[in-house]
Amino acid sequence: MTDLLLIFFGAIFINNFVLARFLGICPFLGVSKKLETAVGMGLAVTFVMTMASAITFGVNKLLLRFNLGYLDTITFILVIAVLVQFVEMILRKYSPGLYQALGIYLPLITTNCAVLGVALINIDPSAGYNFIQATVNGFAGGVGFTLAIILFAGLRERLEFAPLPKAMEGFPIALILAGLVSIAFLGFSGFRLQALLGL
Amino acid sequence: MKDRWRVFANGIFGENPIFRLVLGMCPTLATSTAVANALGMGLAATFVLVCSNVIISLLRNIIPDEVRIPCYIVVVATFVTIVDKVMAASAPGLHQVLGIFIPLIVVNCIILGRAEAFASKNSVSRSFMDGLGMGLGFTLGLLLLSIIREPLGEGTFLVAEDFGFEGLRVIAEDKQVLMFILPPGAFITLGLVLAGINKLVAKLSTVWAQKGGE
Repeated sequence: MTDLLLIFFGAIFINNFVLARFLGICPFLGVSKKLETAVGMGLAVTFVMTMASAITFGVNKLLLRFNLGYLDTITFILVIAVLVQFVEMILRKYSPGLYQALGIYLPLITTNCAVLGVALINIDPSAGYNFIQATVNGFAGGVGFTLAIILFAGLRERLEFAPLPKAMEGFPIALILAGLVSIAFLGFSGFRLQALLGL
Repeated sequence: MKDRWRVFANGIFGENPIFRLVLGMCPTLATSTAVANALGMGLAATFVLVCSNVIISLLRNIIPDEVRIPCYIVVVATFVTIVDKVMAASAPGLHQVLGIFIPLIVVNCIILGRAEAFASKNSVSRSFMDGLGMGLGFTLGLLLLSIIREPLGEGTFLVAEDFGFEGLRVIAEDKQVLMFILPPGAFITLGLVLAGINKLVAKLSTVWAQKGGE
């Protein structure tokens, strides 16, 4: 249980997927102009990252059994593409409300490097995760992504009215803003999680 | 032939993937901490981009339209796996530093973007030049960032232990600004460089517009 809590809080605050590991920057910059869309994207990514972590962990075990470890990248990306398509179909059939909310973001997630990234981090022998730890890592990575994109969207909405030099508009100022948010998150890396959680 | 060179130059200047199209941000931010890392990442991506552009261009009349994206992904992933294994064997230190960003070339928007927007519609030789131009444009962008970040953050220049380069010490050991190799430094450096390039492009285009008017 302790290790799961450490993985969970570590992936959200200390090794945040966006701000510390640079995974999923494209949607982070692209879909953060409005708070609502940021929330939708965050939820969709969390959902897919959790599912993808669980499934790719099993698939990797299967690959290793047949000595096909070198095929991991190519297999994972196909599994993720199929998974995203599958999730989209199921949501459309059984949960139209959720599909309406997440619908347009789902196809974008296949090429989100946070998803393939978490699958590859989970199977890294030096981390040595088991199935539950891998799934928790995927879920926490998604929560960390959601937290970062929501914070960033809130800041960016206020930026709309800022008087900026022409050359700074758009991406340049968004990147500098992301740098400042990232500095704020650096503060968490000084935390000793074990002591903090009373473990 | 002139047309081929125009396609090549377009990737480096007109549509530079990092500074003009703002694509492939994850590896750009993560691997521009040192010149050697930037060069390794850039050349790995260039190899994948050139090979996948050529293969996809060769297959462009065979791949059915409905399943083209999965087909592109399989072609790209094959070359990424080749790069990953070759680098792990020949430059293990670099492979360790670049870590998951080598397999993540599969989901790099630049490569899928060029497959979809260029290689699937153009001849093999034009696709080859486009891949080479875009790849070198990406490499140059990475190099520009790393040339700023490595000296300021590490105080050194051109350290590459795999290839026996000791590097130069530019800034004294206790005077470097660690921030530049940490994540915030990546975001802020890229933001400032991007703003500078926007300014430059705006200035050049007004100069050209005036010349055209005369």
